[in-house]
Amino acid sequence: MQSLKLALRMLKRDWRAGELTVLIAAVVLAVGSVGTVAFFADRVKTALTRQANLLLGADVLVSGDRALPASLADEARRRGLAATPALKFNSMVQRVGADAGAGAVLADVKAVGPGYPLRGAILLVDGNAPDGTPASGIPPRGQAWPDARLAARLGVGVGDSIAVGESTLTVGAVVQQEPEVASGLLSIGPRLLVNLDDVPATNLLQPGNRATWRLLVADLSNRDRLDPYLKWLSAELKPGQRMENVRDLRPEIRQTLERADQFLGLSSLVAVVLAAVAVALAASRYLRRHLDTAAMLRCFGASRARTLALFVLQFAIVGLVASAAGLLVALAGQQLLVVLLGSIAAGDLPAPGVMPALAACATGILLLLGFALPPLIALAGAPPLRVLRRDLPRPRPGGILAYALGASVIAALIGWQAQDAKTGAIVVAGIGGLLAAAALTAWILVVLLKRLPQRGVTWRFGLANLRRRPLASSLQIGALALGLMALLLLTVVRGDLMQNWRASLPPDAPNHFLVNVLPDQVDGVRTALKAVTGADTTLFPMVRGRLVAVNGTPLDTTTYSDTRARRLAEREFNLSWASELAKTNRITAGAWFGAATGPDAGISMEEGIANQLKLKLGDALTWDLAGATVTAKITSLRKVEWDSFRPNFFTLFAPGVLESMSITYLGAARIPEGPQSAAWLSSFVQQFPNVLAIDVGEIIHQVQAIMEQVARAVEFVFLFTLLGGLLVLQAAIAATQDERRFDAAILRTLGASQAQLRAAQVAEFLVLGALAGLLAAAGATAIGYVLSDRVFQIPFAWNPLVWIYGLGGGSVVVTLAGWLGTRGTARNPPLEVIRQLG
Amino acid sequence: MTAPILRAARLTKIVTSGEAPLTILDDVTFDVDPGASVAIVGASGSGKTTLLGLLAGLDRPSDGEVWLDGVALSTQDEDARAASRQRLLGFVFQSFQLLPALTAQENVMLPLELAGAADATARAAEWLDRVGLARRRTHYPKQLSGGEQQRVAIARAFAGEPKLLMADEPTGNLDNASGVEVADLMFRLNRERGTTLLLVTHDAGLASRCTRRLSLAAGRLVGDERAAEPV
Repeated sequence: MQSLKLALRMLKRDWRAGELTVLIAAVVLAVGSVGTVAFFADRVKTALTRQANLLLGADVLVSGDRALPASLADEARRRGLAATPALKFNSMVQRVGADAGAGAVLADVKAVGPGYPLRGAILLVDGNAPDGTPASGIPPRGQAWPDARLAARLGVGVGDSIAVGESTLTVGAVVQQEPEVASGLLSIGPRLLVNLDDVPATNLLQPGNRATWRLLVADLSNRDRLDPYLKWLSAELKPGQRMENVRDLRPEIRQTLERADQFLGLSSLVAVVLAAVAVALAASRYLRRHLDTAAMLRCFGASRARTLALFVLQFAIVGLVASAAGLLVALAGQQLLVVLLGSIAAGDLPAPGVMPALAACATGILLLLGFALPPLIALAGAPPLRVLRRDLPRPRPGGILAYALGASVIAALIGWQAQDAKTGAIVVAGIGGLLAAAALTAWILVVLLKRLPQRGVTWRFGLANLRRRPLASSLQIGALALGLMALLLLTVVRGDLMQNWRASLPPDAPNHFLVNVLPDQVDGVRTALKAVTGADTTLFPMVRGRLVAVNGTPLDTTTYSDTRARRLAEREFNLSWASELAKTNRITAGAWFGAATGPDAGISMEEGIANQLKLKLGDALTWDLAGATVTAKITSLRKVEWDSFRPNFFTLFAPGVLESMSITYLGAARIPEGPQSAAWLSSFVQQFPNVLAIDVGEIIHQVQAIMEQVARAVEFVFLFTLLGGLLVLQAAIAATQDERRFDAAILRTLGASQAQLRAAQVAEFLVLGALAGLLAAAGATAIGYVLSDRVFQIPFAWNPLVWIYGLGGGSVVVTLAGWLGTRGTARNPPLEVIRQLG
Repeated sequence: MTAPILRAARLTKIVTSGEAPLTILDDVTFDVDPGASVAIVGASGSGKTTLLGLLAGLDRPSDGEVWLDGVALSTQDEDARAASRQRLLGFVFQSFQLLPALTAQENVMLPLELAGAADATARAAEWLDRVGLARRRTHYPKQLSGGEQQRVAIARAFAGEPKLLMADEPTGNLDNASGVEVADLMFRLNRERGTTLLLVTHDAGLASRCTRRLSLAAGRLVGDERAAEPV
């Protein structure tokens, strides 16, 4: 209690004397930066989960390519869960009475059982309610509920009849909105909702017709009964059956957000690392300035432990207060992120939660203690003899090992944000390497400064100041360069990359994908395409099949620890054949079929998927093609340029294997943009109602918009990084404040004017900032080059703006910050300073 | 005959500076009786401050032993020596060594609080009153003159009611008038409280007010005068 009182008193005084400013700023920065991202990620994840449950119509969805065993539903009900079956398949749907072949539309038919949906509701079109009216139950037997799109395309309304397979159903209502999983591009057709009991009469479920059997399960009592069931379920699932829950939904948006979250998290950590450097610098200054106090306390009989407790208490209080302030920054910051991420993060976001707040505060306090503890332990060990002999050597924090706690805090944080050890290790090595490389380069530059012709006392003195503390100078330059580089990368370099990427897209890149072309439509579709594009369009044949065995052993997808690999192996593949290798494909192993045909010629697999499924050259793969079985060996691996926007296949057979199977065709074409294109598309769809024409241009625009928004958010988080760099600068200035005051006093005694002293300081910071800017520009250019040359494989364009902004921005910002930090040093009367510090 | 409050036997301090070991104190032996006032005098570099550090247990001798109130310091670890200092010793330093973060009163309270005294505030106020600084209680060290700061340090040293007060050049940083004032105060309190006083000084005037003068030269004890009557 007494220690606490004493600690508070000492703290109050230090606070007033401004001794704690850098420490507090560092903790506020770290908590603010981590908290901003953590709050944001938490809110968006919660919102997505809620939204996704409604989209799914259940908590979990079991799907199978064949009928699911009744035991799955029985077990769910036995455990007190709600369960209802559903069935999805594609079918041509036609208005009864229309001319044969005209007005037929390929629809996604969903047949549902009683209780559907378990989550959310079916909304029916209602002239009186713009938002629709919730349906009470499912379509009764004999009724079909088309969605508004299908109703419009068929030209039907309530009371009309439609033909589905061999049945005729009455339109009972039109669906405005219903829970639906949009899994990929191929399920965006118009929809029809029917009663499950009406399906047998349609006679549509023949062998070879693709259908998905589903079981919707939900824990309506919300009593945590779901997890044990899911555990039981995962052991029961057979090949071809899979479990989908909220995490598997909306993959494109979820993935974007998860990446954004991960990237933002890691970016925020760069600020944390810089804050740690600032804390370490500020704590070592604290050590120097409190040595006398510590020696005095020990002289008066305080034990080492008690002295340590006294200082640690003060730091813990600082940590708590600064963390609270950091949380306020984080709350404001995450709100700004929500605004910046606009439409991607839109929706009804829940309020910020407690967990991110705790995590951010823990980060702040652990960071402070982790990096301040070594100097504090050294401080508590101050020799009491110092009260008599001030010339005794200062105790030093015990080397790198002493910072093990701090380093492990950072490592744990990075592991948490990176979510896997490998990414974490890469980031740790990356940040460490960048900081070290920047510091090393800075050190070399500082040494080279000596060779510059130095005119005038102010320049000489300013540069001498940089050289005299090479380690501190290098660290400051390195930290500042890191912050500046992050900003340059996201502003100038990103803009360049996007521009170059757009420029690198071939002008004839297809903008429409045509899917589900039936064999007898091939010629008609090609003719229609030629009429608008003026060129021949290749249509690729495609057969769907499931991989069932590798080298004679039935495929067990549970052996894939990677969920993406498991999903890839469980779903049906699009298989095709070719005798000529496409220009956008390149053989990386084995040999192309050439003239060989038949199953013995083997198959060619895309390299990436082969790696993910752990398949290698020579493996014999057995495929189930709608009941028929084909086995062929992998004879080549291919690398595919996916961003060519041309149809590509994971698996290609040699000609002479798949031709007899049930085939559809797909192709890609560039439809000229403009009003006539819409008219053409409309007549094309009327002519080929079952063909899906997917507008890729729209998708590219969406992807670009999302990238822009994510980049803006990351830019904002990188501001924390720049602040971190400036904080390291301030900490280093504060750490050398006494030295600077003493030097200034001596210089003034020798007759230097205040103006001369200020000029020397400006010279020092101008050079410091310019060096940091130079390094930042070099780093940003190098990373930009690697990204364009190695990652995106687009031509690199040299941009002088990077150097102008880097050099100019660095010099101005650092000079300003440095001048603000040191402007008091020349003010005190010289004699007083020399007496105080001498 | 009463047991000595402080005994130094064959105290030697050797430091290795550069290549050759340097002997700072060489075989110094003496006792100090309770209630005595002892001045350690000598030229700069004669080893006075080193001797004081060893006697207070702030430093360890290369050879020899110090007994403080009958306990050999070499048998104690650093924390035990700190506890002995808390119980027995008070300090006054040339550069005052007040904590800049604390007010005059808080500085006086510091050793009392460290010792766990419940009435630290009242006792500190009483001692500031005794050294004539009752009205400067809430002032910070930098708001006080040198003489006033040293008076706060004296109040701090006496507040813990030590058996032995050690002073290192207590008037060294003060002008003549303040020096005399501070010395008067120290000797008066020493008499009133029956404290033993051990001070290091090169001020002949201050030394002559003590009952005993130990002279050091080049680390050796070269003189031990006892005044018939203190001045």
